[in-house]
Amino acid sequence: MSIKRKPLQFNLNGSDVAVFVNDGDNLLNVLRRGVGDLTPKYGCGQGGCGACTVVIDGQTKLACLVLAETVEGRQVETAASLAGGELDPLQEAFMDHFAAQCGYCTPGMLVAARHLLNENTNPTRGEVVEALSGNLCRCTGYEPIIDAVMDVANGAYSNRRAGGGS
Amino acid sequence: MTVEILTCPDLGQAKRALASDKSARFFGGGTLLMRAVNEGDQEIGKLVKAHEPAMSEIRVSGADITLGASVTMRDVLDRDDLGFLHDAARSVGSPAIRNMATIGGNLFAVSPYGDFATALLALDADVVLADGMRGRAMPLADLLGGRGGADRPIVQAVSFRRPSAGEFRFRKVTRVHPRGAAVVTLAALVPQSGGVVRNSRIAYGGLENRPVRADRVERALDGQRLDEGGIARAVSVAADGFQGRTDSLATDWYRLQVLPVHLKRLLLGDD
Amino acid sequence: MTVEFRKDLFANERDDDLNEIGKATRRQDILGHVTGRSPFYDDHQFDGLLHIKCTRSPHHHARIRNVDTREAEGMPGVVRIIRGADIPVNLNTLLSLLDFGLDDEPVLAVNKVCYVGEPVVAVVAETEQQAFDAAAKVRVDYEVLPHVLDAEEAVRSGAPTVNETYPDNKFEFHDRFDHQKLRYGDVEKAFARADHIVEGRYQMSPIEQAPIEPNGCIAAPETNDRFVCYTATQGLFFSLGTTAKVLDMQSSRLHFIGGTVGGGFGGKVDTLTEPLAIIAAKLTGRPVRYGFDRQDEMQISAPRGAEVWYLKDAIAADGRIMARKFTGYFDAGAYTRLTSYGVVKCTGHLPGPYTIPNVSSDIYCVFTNRTPATAMRGFGITGVDFAIERHMDKGARVAGMHPAEFRLLNAYRDGDMKAHRRLAKNCALVETIQVAAEKANWQIGEEYRRMTSMTGGGGDRAQIPETVTDVGIKPAGHTMEAETPDVRPGQSTPTMPGFERPAAPAPATPPAAQPTYSGYGASALGGIPARSASEPEALRSQPPAQPEPPKAEKPAKRQYSRYSSIGRRR
Repeated sequence: MSIKRKPLQFNLNGSDVAVFVNDGDNLLNVLRRGVGDLTPKYGCGQGGCGACTVVIDGQTKLACLVLAETVEGRQVETAASLAGGELDPLQEAFMDHFAAQCGYCTPGMLVAARHLLNENTNPTRGEVVEALSGNLCRCTGYEPIIDAVMDVANGAYSNRRAGGGS
Repeated sequence: MTVEILTCPDLGQAKRALASDKSARFFGGGTLLMRAVNEGDQEIGKLVKAHEPAMSEIRVSGADITLGASVTMRDVLDRDDLGFLHDAARSVGSPAIRNMATIGGNLFAVSPYGDFATALLALDADVVLADGMRGRAMPLADLLGGRGGADRPIVQAVSFRRPSAGEFRFRKVTRVHPRGAAVVTLAALVPQSGGVVRNSRIAYGGLENRPVRADRVERALDGQRLDEGGIARAVSVAADGFQGRTDSLATDWYRLQVLPVHLKRLLLGDD
Repeated sequence: MTVEFRKDLFANERDDDLNEIGKATRRQDILGHVTGRSPFYDDHQFDGLLHIKCTRSPHHHARIRNVDTREAEGMPGVVRIIRGADIPVNLNTLLSLLDFGLDDEPVLAVNKVCYVGEPVVAVVAETEQQAFDAAAKVRVDYEVLPHVLDAEEAVRSGAPTVNETYPDNKFEFHDRFDHQKLRYGDVEKAFARADHIVEGRYQMSPIEQAPIEPNGCIAAPETNDRFVCYTATQGLFFSLGTTAKVLDMQSSRLHFIGGTVGGGFGGKVDTLTEPLAIIAAKLTGRPVRYGFDRQDEMQISAPRGAEVWYLKDAIAADGRIMARKFTGYFDAGAYTRLTSYGVVKCTGHLPGPYTIPNVSSDIYCVFTNRTPATAMRGFGITGVDFAIERHMDKGARVAGMHPAEFRLLNAYRDGDMKAHRRLAKNCALVETIQVAAEKANWQIGEEYRRMTSMTGGGGDRAQIPETVTDVGIKPAGHTMEAETPDVRPGQSTPTMPGFERPAAPAPATPPAAQPTYSGYGASALGGIPARSASEPEALRSQPPAQPEPPKAEKPAKRQYSRYSSIGRRR
């Protein structure tokens, strides 16, 4: 059997992790099966649905399209970073707004939304739509999700600490 | 397929690796190749990675602009002095895709992808191919038309001249909003002198397998005013000579039907 | 988003101390969703997890002449190759669990493939890539056959036989009809006397449910001689029962865990992955994942089936619909699955929420070489409702009425008899249209604004009319129930019959000496080509794994179940 196993070290949600990967492995599989972070999901393997959205060195990326070995030494953040003790205001807002039904797109949505609000504290509704344009949802029709993000952006959850993780 | 990763110290070695193994592919941003790998594509056995500093550079020198092949759509959007390319860069996938998708990769994307390449084609861009020390320049049209001559070219950079204000237009037609793959993408460079169009470049993406120039439209625009009357003949020949293609988004018939409508809107600056 | 409550409607039927509706509440599972902890099937870790990828048909329709797995067997990482012969009971239909329909679908194809993507061989390997690579090296020799992708073409004489269990490409209802009938009153008499006749043809393509989570499951041996299976299915007990049958295993050995579904919309009601995953776990002794990727989900997983509808209305001068006749074709794709039931469910819905004194319907469950179809959002109903509502608009135009008024005039009311011989109750169509008209600023007449669902129904409209059937006239007031032996006097059992281990199914009886069609299209001489003497027996033979059919009589009749009206008559 000629599978090469390469070591890979990176920072995941504030903690250093190390794992062996095969050539050609995508980051989504490595996160889920290699490291055990099950929050990013497989929806398409094509970068089209956004269910695997993660943040790498401060930029959103689709883990299913990231060659795992390219994250050597980098900072990777997944939806698991959101709840650091308390829930992120976005998580509370999603729950209040019924912004999840089956829940499968939700981790990716939250990563994209949290990233938006970190970069832009006062987005317009159009900017929210643009930021989430790579995250597909088959259940909610999107409006509850956008409402939840706008609510957080407008300060409705400002008594709560924003963001967890690192 | 189970793939092997080959990391090369320079593009020369990468080129040799590609030449010696037809299952090898040059790895850019990964947005197209990783999809194929994920789906078990049996044609791809090796991913060749190589990077040289010039590939990540954006160089603006007067009106000459050079974008390295590894420059991402996001990198273009971050540059205010590349504002005329922002519509094209923003049209390439979602925000996360734009963080990953490269200029070089887009040149090799098969329809319905390849929107940035369509813009570059209308800008009459040259590609700089990795070839020894200096690289070899070739019109993008030749690369896209498969007339490059080189076997498995590796693109190092693309270069073009900055258009004058208002000369360059871009329009991507999708079924899904705000993001979707192209039904058809149109890019146009319409320089004017003495109130009429001279030496225009019109490019279509998504219509055929790769971006193409619409020579008949370009000839029909020459010497015309950029108003409804002036462009009428050009619009009437918009689809001439093209077959269109059918995929899950649209049929060849549909693409050819809507093409003149969108060409007209593009040329008149309508939304 | 605020909700407007129309509490003026049906006010006296309702207790308005609403405890849940209109009050902000959180889904009981949403904390798991927003923390990424909701346990979808793939969110379970197993050591030594193996992966299944299948070798699938590239053709719509082809005979399998040979399968060669030797090269695949030797590929890196391959642990086991599974073929049709490895499946203990390699012919099934989903609703055999309810004793409805004939077994027609293999888990892995042996004699022929009937749709693009039909699985022929399953490869179990250490990694997904290795499974892909080995599946690509399985060599299948196909003899391509003519195919048919349109339901109306499939039922024409000369069409290729898609599904060997139903050589005429039509499911058999009640052991004697090639379609499901509904008869109520006398449509032909009404048509003869009609002031207006309105006809229409309506069609709908297949629609893929496209949940973000594709179909899939992980199966693993447990230490108590059971197999655990985490699955995305919407029909956990369907999948468990089907697996028990096709793998010839006691259902008590199957430990199915589901209920966390990443979007279903009907696209996860079929048993698409569990049997193969469990038999792979059994044969390898290891956990096995069989998950569809996005390509599989879009092409191979079951979509909502295509439909074609013909409607014909008789409309009186005052706008009342006096008769409605339906002919419908449900395109089941290559195998029955749930479409047989969808047809019956649809029949019970006709003629839509309108009181029409004469109704007739023939609906066919048709086999084509499309991907086998399944349920989706309003299964069996949505397609015909599109047809009905478009037809209502046509009728309104012919009658010279506003489409809202036309509907209000014909809407059912409480106490009206419906075509399937149940009285309508709790009707609300009238009020719905009135509120819609108000919101849309449609100007509808005063008398229409004063209509209610609770007035104007019943009386003559509650009577079952004398009904013309294909075999004679049933007197007024007559229901079909009295004639159906499945119906017994006394209390009906409100729950499903107890599951008993199914006896080995009787093989599908080959139809008596029917001519076979060697190709699509009439022969040069016209007519039906005679059966060719050289026609290989393989056309009708059972797959090799089929057990010997029992000579004993069928299992004792189960207790009356609420599905008996679609069950087989004994």
